[in-house]
Amino acid sequence: MSDSVETAAAAAAPVPPAPTGQSGTVVRSTVLRRLFRNPLGLIAMAILTTITLLAALAPVIAPFQENFANIAKTLAAPDAVNILGTDSAGRDVWSRLLYGGQLTLLSAVLCAAVAIAIGLPSGLIAGYYAGKFEAVSNWMVSILMSLPGLIVLLTIRAAFGPSVWISMIAFGILISPSYFRLTRSAVQSVRNELYVDAARVSGLSDRSIIARHIFSVVRAPIIIQTAAIAGVAIAIQSGLEFLGLGDPAKATWGVMLSEGFKNVYLTPTLLFWPAFAMALTIGALVLLGNAIRDALEDADKIKHRRKKMHDAEHAASASAAKAARKTLAAVEAGTEHHLVKVTNLGVGYPQADGSIKKVVDDVSFHVDRGEILGIVGESGSGKSQTAFSILGLLPDTARIVGGAIQFDGNYTVAPGDEKVNQDRLSKLRGKRISYIPQEPMSNLDPAFTIGYQLVTPMVRVLGISKAEATKRAMKLLSDVGIVNPERTFKAYPHEVSGGMAQRVLIAGAISCEPDLIIADEPTTALDVTVQADVLELIRDLQRSLGVGVILVTHNFGVVADLCDRVAVMQNGRLVEDGPVRDILRNPKQKYTQTLLASMLEGKTPMTMLVSSEKEPVA
Amino acid sequence: MSTTENAPLLTVDKLIVEYPSKRFRAKPFRALTDINITIGQGETLGLVGESGSGKTTLGRAVLGLAPVTGGKIIFEGNDISNATRKQRRTLSRDLQVVFQDPYTSLNPALEIGDILAEPLGVQGMEKTAAKKRVKELLDQVGLPSDAIHRLPREFSGGQRQRVAIARALALSPKLIVCDEPVSALDLTTQARVLDLFLQIQNDTGVSYLFVSHDLDVVRHISHRVAVMYHGEIVEQGPADVVTRDPEHPYTQRLLLASPVPDPDRQEKRRADRHRLLEIQRQQTEQAGALA
Repeated sequence: MSDSVETAAAAAAPVPPAPTGQSGTVVRSTVLRRLFRNPLGLIAMAILTTITLLAALAPVIAPFQENFANIAKTLAAPDAVNILGTDSAGRDVWSRLLYGGQLTLLSAVLCAAVAIAIGLPSGLIAGYYAGKFEAVSNWMVSILMSLPGLIVLLTIRAAFGPSVWISMIAFGILISPSYFRLTRSAVQSVRNELYVDAARVSGLSDRSIIARHIFSVVRAPIIIQTAAIAGVAIAIQSGLEFLGLGDPAKATWGVMLSEGFKNVYLTPTLLFWPAFAMALTIGALVLLGNAIRDALEDADKIKHRRKKMHDAEHAASASAAKAARKTLAAVEAGTEHHLVKVTNLGVGYPQADGSIKKVVDDVSFHVDRGEILGIVGESGSGKSQTAFSILGLLPDTARIVGGAIQFDGNYTVAPGDEKVNQDRLSKLRGKRISYIPQEPMSNLDPAFTIGYQLVTPMVRVLGISKAEATKRAMKLLSDVGIVNPERTFKAYPHEVSGGMAQRVLIAGAISCEPDLIIADEPTTALDVTVQADVLELIRDLQRSLGVGVILVTHNFGVVADLCDRVAVMQNGRLVEDGPVRDILRNPKQKYTQTLLASMLEGKTPMTMLVSSEKEPVA
Repeated sequence: MSTTENAPLLTVDKLIVEYPSKRFRAKPFRALTDINITIGQGETLGLVGESGSGKTTLGRAVLGLAPVTGGKIIFEGNDISNATRKQRRTLSRDLQVVFQDPYTSLNPALEIGDILAEPLGVQGMEKTAAKKRVKELLDQVGLPSDAIHRLPREFSGGQRQRVAIARALALSPKLIVCDEPVSALDLTTQARVLDLFLQIQNDTGVSYLFVSHDLDVVRHISHRVAVMYHGEIVEQGPADVVTRDPEHPYTQRLLLASPVPDPDRQEKRRADRHRLLEIQRQQTEQAGALA
């Protein structure tokens, strides 16, 4: 393993592929630092370095030659001369262990090197070019993998003699498919990335593209794989030698193991030392592989303080205490008639350093029955987080840091609550509050028919029979403007278009006759012409059902089309809200004015949109 | 294809693009049929259409990233429809690209400086000269010069798109294919990036093939507009004609489908759209009856 540590370092430090030497310095330092910060990784590296050094310095350190035999002193116990004793031929165990380490580690490196030399380039080529080369190499790999490895190794030993090197080269070839497959799948995943296309347009040759853009992707998995393969190689090689197939003239850990086994009743320690060395090396390799993997995955995760059921009670009691301090102790009189009322809502995420990052801050608005409220803002404005806190669908790590949400006269988030109360909300969600998502396709399960996905919730929520629910689903599908409801009912999600899928989801959203629909960018993923149809549909349904709607969007055109009132959000705060005509025609706040000024509609083409002053960076 | 003074920079003539089908012996999938466009020096051709209409494929065919089955792509008088990688390398000096998604179009492992120096290195520019050019480019797209040693993930979507634009500008190309370059951006960011595109065209006289699904964006930035529908160009002409008074039924639908940010005008547009759809429906019925 003399190389394993170095390889690890070289791993994280990109082999400079192109003339621009220092690419990825930032990545290198952080990965290495993370690796050193991991105690397991540190221990593994320390062990491997020590073993490697000991093996490398064997000629200097070892008191005897590996095969120097003192016939007068066989199977001796440890003493001042032979610190680990001697074996049945009177050879010094400590010296043999050091020399054996040399050979064992080198042969493992050879095995990994052979496997990489075959698997990596072929995997890169097969993954990048695909086509015939990939087909042929897949066949070869399948043949290699179907060979019984141990039997092949025994045959080779019989044909070429007991050389460690030959058997390890053979094993390297046998194990190369693991590198091939790893590399190929990693390359396939980036082959069609846009930055590879951009490099092609730049006229980079395929070789430079592979070296610069593709190789960096396979680097990390290759290193992790190598740590594992080297361990396996040591085990296999020692296994062969243990069976007595090794070269008795050379000291390796496997040969020593075999020798020790023969004398296990006389001197059990002879078996112990090589086994210990092997266990230590293989264990350290595995740990190192794991540590590198951990270091490469973005490590700085916040530890989830997973508080479960009892936590809800805890929060409830805490909230009671907090509620006493808050002024908004109960639903304020005179606000019960609002369908939804959000008061001074704050939502935050705990950070690694213990602080809380607020994504929604002091937001207040209300929605009445039969009214459409638009929440407008750019990405990161907190508009979706606000909508999700009404739905109670915030991620586990989110905390309500202030304010309250009431639905139809009852709190779903009472003042002082840290979390959305799921008990209260699960009774409402899907029944009285429903949701239309942004990506229609990812919100339908591809494994079930559309009909099944519509009928099941109705049977559960409304408690009606399956036949009745089916009848209802058909009616809903035709209500949302689907021309052939039977066919859509039987179809799987991939068989319908995006616009159709969104209609299906809208049908699902109104299936249980909700009072409130929350639509999160319901038309953003759709073509403009389809968007117009879907907006039409939402408008008609809202009119005929009289539901309240919260429409989250970034598009002022959509707002103008549907909404009665608008709330504009920026950086988690509510900038202004009011009737749609007031906000769109006479926005009071600077931010709203900027947003509206960015609209292209009605602008003179080919003119600067944002004022001609030295423009700020986007 | 006249070789006069005003020969267009890019001419696409009866272009056909077909992708081989995955299934054995199945008919190949035809992505583009009989495409004819031209782009002059310093001109912007806007390409608008819905998803799957083939507008992105046309851009990729010009860049040599899509298989050309028939027809010709002529750039500065040379047929580049089946250019080799070597010819492409020469071509890349004049023909560049800005992709839609600023998150995947930059290699996450490379520093901004290296990303920008890449096309320069391919052309054999020296390191010091390349470094100077990279600084110029960052300045041109309004990014701070310390961006050189930072990674793409440290930038917002708008800033990344600026990096992508800077990369396209690196070799002072004559034509940039812009594939939905502002669709992934916020409204205010979109406005700033569009300003940047116009500014660059003013300063350098570069031509754009500007692909977008948004008629408003295309109207704002283009001299001429081509409308694509199901792999064909159904209408093309001067921007203000095509985007205000279109002839083709699909363009008419597209125009009235995009909502305007005023409730009352939008209500009128909605009514117009209903009327249009009704008329078009009747026409189709009549056509059906005649057939």
